[in-house]
Amino acid sequence: MEWKKVAGQLFPDGHDIKQDGDLLSGGGRCGKHTVAVIGTTNHTEVGVELALAMAAAVLAVLRDHPGRPIVFLVDTSGQRLRHRDEMLGLNGYMAHLAKCVEMARRRGHAIISLVYEQALSGGFLANGMMADVCAALPGAEIRVMGLPAMARVTRISEERLTELSKTSPVFAPGATNYLKMGGLDALWEGDLSVCLAKALEHVDATDHRRVRGLERGGRLLADPVVQRVLASV
Amino acid sequence: MTRSYYENSARARIAGLLDGDTFNEWLPAADRVTSPHLAILDQPAAFDDGVIIGQGSIAGKQIFIAAQEGGFMGGAVGEVHGAKIVGVLERAVREHPAAVLLLLETGGVRLQEANAGLIAVSEVMRAILAARAAGVPVIVAIGGQYGCFGGMGIASRCATTIIMSEEGRLGLSGPEVIETARGVEEYDSRDRALVWRTVGGKHRYLLGECDAMVPDSMVAFRQAIVASIADGDDWSLQALEREHQMLSDRVQRFGECRDGRDIWRKMGWPDPDAIAMMDNDEFMAAAQGRRSKQTVKVS
Repeated sequence: MEWKKVAGQLFPDGHDIKQDGDLLSGGGRCGKHTVAVIGTTNHTEVGVELALAMAAAVLAVLRDHPGRPIVFLVDTSGQRLRHRDEMLGLNGYMAHLAKCVEMARRRGHAIISLVYEQALSGGFLANGMMADVCAALPGAEIRVMGLPAMARVTRISEERLTELSKTSPVFAPGATNYLKMGGLDALWEGDLSVCLAKALEHVDATDHRRVRGLERGGRLLADPVVQRVLASV
Repeated sequence: MTRSYYENSARARIAGLLDGDTFNEWLPAADRVTSPHLAILDQPAAFDDGVIIGQGSIAGKQIFIAAQEGGFMGGAVGEVHGAKIVGVLERAVREHPAAVLLLLETGGVRLQEANAGLIAVSEVMRAILAARAAGVPVIVAIGGQYGCFGGMGIASRCATTIIMSEEGRLGLSGPEVIETARGVEEYDSRDRALVWRTVGGKHRYLLGECDAMVPDSMVAFRQAIVASIADGDDWSLQALEREHQMLSDRVQRFGECRDGRDIWRKMGWPDPDAIAMMDNDEFMAAAQGRRSKQTVKVS
């Protein structure tokens, strides 16, 4: 879905989100809530400049609007695959963004993310996956890597991977798989402003993903393994 | 066990870095905590799922540790592997050891369990930051054959400190991934010197992406870890703002550079090609005053 349409549905009481290149930033009103919005569009690849710009936007919210919830609108085809970005330390820029989001959480900002188009690996780790509540539209595409590339790296044939992906949520792309694994809290359908308001009411800063993965049957070992480590003597 | 950090296994690294026989392993191989996702793909499992965790002491300080074994699936992170690391970090929040040591050697997410692996890496990132927020420094060492890439390249930079050897490599997308996506003209993964100038320890140290550079020896890594524990941590908004400034300056100064050499020349190295030949002491002496300023630490 086009970001303006998503923003219109999330913020029926108005918003002033601006697009600058592939970066989205501004604010929105949803009932009694005023939120800061940071996002990307055009299935953009996140390179050093964009990661830095998002981090700057988070730091600006911390400075200018202490406590204001932050909503990430996620649409990225992943980290930028360029020699130049690697040379400059793209992983460090991504981590910086993630740290800024964590700092926001620790200072009392609720963090919500909505994957409205695409979310891929590195570009998703640093913002959307750092949220307290991570949601997606039902048509959103979430994955680590396409099956052809995955086949090359794992040396398992693409046909085999395609076949297995019909039944396994563990490696196959798709929002419903991430829901089952606990990586997504919910798929947002119907009135998005109601979904957002409800999420804002129920935010807490604990990472519940492995417990959700267990409850939903998609990731049966993550939580038990953590519990065993905690109980080891 | 050899004197080389690079050549040792994860288990030998733990044994060589910690005091005497103080290591107490959690979920050892005898517990058979293996990945449930590999058999369906006809892939062998490992009884520790490629990561060894536990507690011990280093120079008398109680620490928790997780060491990735590059020999198993390139140290890649799957559901169980990631959960073991998360468990170590969450336990640190509860028990406050002097530090958590992460000996990372990984290509990132294990593609055979890609979704579980990606979520696990994200959980590791949040757990690292939770440990730091609880006052426990998280120290990363990178010096193995597989380097530290993918999501774990991001996770490593969430830690308090990164210690690298010249042989260590740190990045997000590995050279092969970029070459596959964009062609050999973009990034020739077989050009080892180019790869080294892009993701190698010396380049990362000069950029300010790692905090300490050590020769490839167990003793040197151990000394640097002990020093990092003593340095403490600074998890604060001010530290993040300083980092933001450093990263902004880097894009401004070096954003147009096409090769690591160009960056080093701009840093004031008269002969960038000489850097590769310098031994660690010579390099460290020459690097001071040239490398980008790293976040100031307060104990």
